[in-house]
Amino acid sequence: MIGFLIIVFISCSFMCLYRIARGPTASDRAVAMDILGIIVVGFCVVMSILTRKEFYLTTAIVWALLNFVGILALSKFLEGRGFED
Amino acid sequence: MNEFIGFTFIIIGALFDLFGCIGLIRLPDLYNRLQAATKCVTLGTCGILLGSLIIFGLTAAGMKAFLCALFILITSPTSAHALARASHIAGVKLWEGSVVDKLKEDTEKK
Amino acid sequence: MRKGILFLLLLIVWILLVWPFSGGAVDYQSIVAGVVVSFFASLVFGELFTESPHKFLGVKRYLWAILYIPIFLWSCLLANLDVAYRVLHPLLPIKPGIVKVKTRLKSKSAITALANSITLTPGTMTVEVLDDGYLYIHWIWVKEADVEKATLIIVRRFENLLERIFE
Repeated sequence: MIGFLIIVFISCSFMCLYRIARGPTASDRAVAMDILGIIVVGFCVVMSILTRKEFYLTTAIVWALLNFVGILALSKFLEGRGFED
Repeated sequence: MNEFIGFTFIIIGALFDLFGCIGLIRLPDLYNRLQAATKCVTLGTCGILLGSLIIFGLTAAGMKAFLCALFILITSPTSAHALARASHIAGVKLWEGSVVDKLKEDTEKK
Repeated sequence: MRKGILFLLLLIVWILLVWPFSGGAVDYQSIVAGVVVSFFASLVFGELFTESPHKFLGVKRYLWAILYIPIFLWSCLLANLDVAYRVLHPLLPIKPGIVKVKTRLKSKSAITALANSITLTPGTMTVEVLDDGYLYIHWIWVKEADVEKATLIIVRRFENLLERIFE
């Protein structure tokens, strides 16, 4: 079962990386970054259950906060740009 | 027993994460991708956090998981809204099969 | 008043974050540190907090909020099954478009909660919010392009409860 969870998270991350590499516009890449951040939060929580260490959950909270602030800044930046990449 | 219920929640959440990422690959334009991925990944990660709350019980780690789930449930739709608004202003087109675009009509009218 | 409410909220978040009750004994040092930190934070940021602090005192709002949580979670689960069906179907059954709806909610927090609820429920996502109560919604399967009928389908599910909670 642990192997199943690891396979699911690794395949999710590779799908997001595919979208970051191939995305036709800059906004597609921003969307994939957002989703990748939330998946990393889930991976931190699974690691904290497997190893029974508490500090992974602190990492998850800080990661979620930084992801939110970063995506807001990125979307403000995208508003002023054109359609071309 | 608690371990069993918690791992059930975690596996369901991981499956929803997987569906969201498949949507990120398969759907044709930005708004559909954003919609599918945000819904599935938010509820999937909240399911994983809820499972860890059930496994850890009422300890410091469980409360941190609860706080993190609440935080993700509030912030994830907000960032999705910000991204959708920004990319519509930046001029990202809808898919060719789209039916209506009221927002574009209204901004061109002004 | 507004500073006092912000102080209480910050103290609750602090206590959830450090959780000083583990192991049978209460860790008083963490609670005292939390009281000092939230006192100074509420002194500095109290003016920016909310427009109408008297709404926090109504007990009925909390009861309606407790009723709102299972409805919201149920429609969230339905939304996920819907998205999973559309994504795994080999023909991709989507018919997307952006429609316009009108809400009668006024306060900013109510409109924020409505937009977040719309984003997490089946097939819809908020794209733009105007000041005069109009919302632009991206819909993955457009049933009605008309303003009135789309409002009836999308917004009415939440509006009555949210009006009781926030207005």
